[in-house]
Amino acid sequence: MTAAERDAGTGNEALNGAEVLLRVLDEEGVEVIFGYPGGAVLPIYDALFKQDRIRHVLVRHEQAAVHAAEAYARSTGKVGVVLVTSGPGATNAVTGLVDALMDSIPLVCLSGQVPTKLIGNDAFQEADTTGITRPATKHNYLVREPGTLAQTVREAFEVARSGRPGPVLVDLPKDITVGKAPLTKPALSRLQRLSHQGGPDAEAIARTVEAMKTAKRPLFYTGGGIINSGPEASELLRRLARKTGFPVTSTLMGLGAFPSPDPQFLGMLGMHGSVEANMATHGCDLLIALGSRFDDRVTGRVDAFSPNSFKVHADIDPSQIDKIVPVDVRIEGDVRDTLEALLEAWGDTPAPDLSTWWNQIASWRSVDGFGFTQDMDPSAIIRPQHAIRRLYELAQETGRDTFVSTEVGQHQMWAAQHFQFDKPNRWLTSGGLGTMGYGLPAAVGAQVAHPDALVIDIAGEASTLMNIQELGTIAQYRLPVKIFILNNHYMGMVRQWQELLHGSRYSQSYSEALPDFVKLAEAFHATGMRATHVGELDDVIRRMLAHDGPVVADICVAEGENCYPMIPSGAAHNQMLLGPDQDSEAAGLTEEGKMLV
Amino acid sequence: MTETIQHSVISVLIEDESGALARVVGLFSGRGYNIESLTVALVDAEQKLSRITVLTSGTPMVIRQIKAQLKRLIPVHDVCDLTEEGPYVGRELALVKVVSSGDRRTEALRIADSFRARPVDTTAMSFVFELTGSPEKIDAFIELMRPLGLAEVSRTGIAAIGRGPSVFHLKKEPV
Repeated sequence: MTAAERDAGTGNEALNGAEVLLRVLDEEGVEVIFGYPGGAVLPIYDALFKQDRIRHVLVRHEQAAVHAAEAYARSTGKVGVVLVTSGPGATNAVTGLVDALMDSIPLVCLSGQVPTKLIGNDAFQEADTTGITRPATKHNYLVREPGTLAQTVREAFEVARSGRPGPVLVDLPKDITVGKAPLTKPALSRLQRLSHQGGPDAEAIARTVEAMKTAKRPLFYTGGGIINSGPEASELLRRLARKTGFPVTSTLMGLGAFPSPDPQFLGMLGMHGSVEANMATHGCDLLIALGSRFDDRVTGRVDAFSPNSFKVHADIDPSQIDKIVPVDVRIEGDVRDTLEALLEAWGDTPAPDLSTWWNQIASWRSVDGFGFTQDMDPSAIIRPQHAIRRLYELAQETGRDTFVSTEVGQHQMWAAQHFQFDKPNRWLTSGGLGTMGYGLPAAVGAQVAHPDALVIDIAGEASTLMNIQELGTIAQYRLPVKIFILNNHYMGMVRQWQELLHGSRYSQSYSEALPDFVKLAEAFHATGMRATHVGELDDVIRRMLAHDGPVVADICVAEGENCYPMIPSGAAHNQMLLGPDQDSEAAGLTEEGKMLV
Repeated sequence: MTETIQHSVISVLIEDESGALARVVGLFSGRGYNIESLTVALVDAEQKLSRITVLTSGTPMVIRQIKAQLKRLIPVHDVCDLTEEGPYVGRELALVKVVSSGDRRTEALRIADSFRARPVDTTAMSFVFELTGSPEKIDAFIELMRPLGLAEVSRTGIAAIGRGPSVFHLKKEPV
């Protein structure tokens, strides 16, 4: 009789490490793992095979597993889980891990490792995974003792979701998952000292509210922290905005926290933000940053950023405060708690008279920086902005809960400008790292999390090819994802920078030898569609939205279109380029700016 | 925004676990912070805590960032800026090898004595002096030894502790 048989039914059966791992994942509420098998994780895949509580989604490349898990996490508020093998499995995951680190996405990545005795011997498929991923994760672990396995995995989840969320990697040598391991009871974790104790500083709240009561030109500048804090934080932001009557602008990562169609919303700020958002940021006398981090895509030239404002910065991560822009009031803590405290301190104060400020904003708004003219002759070339506007309007007509992922580039910015969001967690994009190839696997993750929702990947033809193999995953799991490709035959944002900064020398940015996306879709058992002229656009979008399976829509758009407004690198917010006719030097396009990214 | 570069001595209490030092060193290199010297040793076997003393430099904003970024590391228990917190004692140990003979040898021994440097190894041709003190004192000693047959130097980097009765770590943390 084996030990396992002897102990069976006593509740103390001898489990191997892989089984202990899955028990802990189950305890943590994990329902789905995105992964790819390999030698070092075979014991874990064997344990997965023998149970039916946790689903496994087989991706086609480990990078895609991480992006799918990111979108799963971002769209549900849960921790995303990834399982990859040692060596190349782990190194392929690195891009996704850094992406999650930059955008504060809670993930646990489980990687296989060669047996402990072989570590350091250049064994087959060995890589120094904890060494490689140390700066790519919020924290990482190498499990060396079976006795620490269960508690390490529990702590990994706690690290991933606590404070400012982020990716955590647990490296699991094969002998640890094959050999017996104890399912230890949850113990008090060392993390308790890390979590922010108590609410936001009362004096900081009081100083903020005092400034809010006297401000003539106030502005809320909100970020991804509001999304990470949960839907309640979005709700509190809406209440605070209503009560105060202040305008709200958002970073790329914060879109959806405040309803985009709302008149109090100025749109996204930053490099491709709206005229009104950027001018208001430049001209405000009180700037309240909530869960945002003064990224360079937001600030432009730092010494000219919002030069005359009293600045308040609320963030859960104290290292973000005073990192780039020195502020007058710092509020550390969960932005939900900060919003609650601000609402309470504001109390029943009537909304101040900000009519002068709103009149000023209205005049900026009237510039209509996102405006464009679409020739509606049926044979006219489709402008990408028009395609996204129509996609939004026709998706709205379906009345379905809609999730949008994007790749990275011009189409991403146009999507941020023209697609509207009224709920948080519906907008999935790679902000900090700017990872081309994010959108397609992200759509996989969102659709797995929300099987009945409408999930659209707004893509560019270059980006989407970076993880196009995930069409296989989409086919296998019958995910009705809609891939909406704005095909301009260029790496559009690269082309735009080359036009503006490098004398229109389009070095290597032309998408030569593209596949036929309709045939490509068919090869992956999906439906392909194409619109080449405006006259075909609405019909293609309608058929795409009505189809109950995956669709790749190849939308052929104007090749030379640039994304405006644009704050060139090294310029200030009041130096936006509004369109192609503007003198670029007047807009602060300098040699110095050319050195910036 | 002031751009003055300041020097800071920062103490870090960190769990003695695999890779912990690499996290600290990687943080400095990855974010482009300076390390002028760094020392590390286990100081609390029961709690498995090591103490790192790092001498760094940067603008006040960078120094604040260094401390805030160090605090984000999971194994870090606490971070203390000794330069900011008040008076501290900073000491470095140096082993200095001098190879010479005749008058230069006698002179080396005489100067060593005035610095309270102890010869810990003596041959007919050489001394190894052990010297503790502030980095400036050690710099001065090395300069004086240079014409007297200075051959090799090994320095520990600064270890530092606050003056007076207040203590940087007494908290018993759940581990």
